[in-house]
Amino acid sequence: MKFMLLQEYGGVPESVPPMTEWTPEEIDAHVTYQKDLNAELTERGEFVDARGLAAPELAKFVVWDESGSPVVTDGPFPESKELLAGFRLIDVESVERAVEIAAKGSAAPGPRGEPIKQRIEVREVMGPPITH
Amino acid sequence: MTCKRNHEIEGLLRESAPRALVAVARRFGDFADAEDAVQEAMIDAARQWPAQGLPENPTGWLIHVASRRMTDRIRSEAARRDREQAVAAEGPPVPPGAPAEADEADDTLLLMFMCCHPALTPASAIALTLRAVAGLTTGEIAAAFLVPEQTMAQRISRAKKTVKESGEPFAMPAAEERGERLRSVLRVIYLIFNEGYAVSAGAELARADLAAEAIRLGRIVHLAAPAEPEAGGLLALMLLTEARRPARADERGELIPLEEQDRSLWDQALIGEGRALLGGALARGAIGEYQLQAAIAAEHAKAPRPEQTNWREVLALYGLLEQVTGNPMVALNRAIAAAMVDGPDAGLALLDQLGDTLGEHHRLHATRAHLLEEQGDRRGAVAEYERAARLTKNIPERNYLTKRAARLNASSAEG
Repeated sequence: MKFMLLQEYGGVPESVPPMTEWTPEEIDAHVTYQKDLNAELTERGEFVDARGLAAPELAKFVVWDESGSPVVTDGPFPESKELLAGFRLIDVESVERAVEIAAKGSAAPGPRGEPIKQRIEVREVMGPPITH
Repeated sequence: MTCKRNHEIEGLLRESAPRALVAVARRFGDFADAEDAVQEAMIDAARQWPAQGLPENPTGWLIHVASRRMTDRIRSEAARRDREQAVAAEGPPVPPGAPAEADEADDTLLLMFMCCHPALTPASAIALTLRAVAGLTTGEIAAAFLVPEQTMAQRISRAKKTVKESGEPFAMPAAEERGERLRSVLRVIYLIFNEGYAVSAGAELARADLAAEAIRLGRIVHLAAPAEPEAGGLLALMLLTEARRPARADERGELIPLEEQDRSLWDQALIGEGRALLGGALARGAIGEYQLQAAIAAEHAKAPRPEQTNWREVLALYGLLEQVTGNPMVALNRAIAAAMVDGPDAGLALLDQLGDTLGEHHRLHATRAHLLEEQGDRRGAVAEYERAARLTKNIPERNYLTKRAARLNASSAEG
């Protein structure tokens, strides 16, 4: 079963300050935790892909326009907290395991080593379309 | 044993394939189809050689098998035409006589010219070069660029189609065009190297291989065009840059900037080779962007400690590089060098002159942050580091910039 674990910019409690206000050691600990989690998933044969997305300032919204020239809206956007920050794609045996991995991701350490409680959206990926 | 044998076969195949491709493309006058045929012959070889032993002449074997496939293809296409049009066939097209014994160096260049054809986008030229010249499989190239194999196969096949549709014969371009065509080739190799040198989380190994491939291609081109100073300059630049690889990231894969690197980890053998090549290229007197960049890398390599860097020389070289390339990114490095010579104010003044030429580029903000930090403007530096961290698309770089901001924030809180 494939699952997409999604994180958005606003999915962190307000009490957690932006990363530039953490200490360098706290940042290192956080980055190492995320890398170790990916390494664990790779080692267990569950890792498919993990990517961060470039900042919301660089995002664009595109809507097809009848006139033939699409309408492009550039950032920054007031609703940027709802934008996707990154994802993990995993291939696991059960929904329970997907939730377990998401919980681990959510427990990544922040200031004073406490879990930042990032909200993770867990979405099962549907099978591929039938091809001829 | 078997593993060593397979490794040997793979190396042999990768060396023989480009020469076989040139011979088959010459004989049949069709680069795109010849590339397919040689790929198929390589697959046959990988299957047969381990069991049957290595042929006496591996290149000849590949040419023979690939040519047979080409002839089969031409026959079956002719047969299909016959059936469809119900016209009498005049027999399969007769391939032109045996290829003239061409110079091997020219062969390599010709192949590179086709793969880096001006009608191709950089991404297509890179993929085609890695397959046809470097001898990588489509799967290996796909893995290095993190795309599905089928996507990469399509990219390569469309690239070959573009080359075919350009109508250019498989022959050396006219002498007056060669300089321009060689510049495209060097550019493609440089892009492959940069792709490999940029640390990218999760894909470090594959990407390190790309840097090695670029150096290998650089050696091939330098050998094929020894009189071209920029070919030597590019190879020197890649070697001098690659020499720093062991020192440029910590054990967690986080970036270490030049001035904080442990210079005892720099690879002195690569530095020595790079400097010798650069000396040879510069002696020819036709200066270009790769030689200048290599000369800057050599200045850094010469300094056992950062404070021993000859920043005046580096500043002068960046000035020349900016004149040669007109690239505003070079101005950022010149600003840093100017700050090292005349203080941060001089560097910041240069950045202000840049105006909007760079737009919202993360490196502009990172450079300004660095110079503001030198100047003692912590608050200004933090804001610029934050901005740079938000704009970069490279995760190790984002982590590095975020930490610079965090460190300054922490020290202002203490002070």
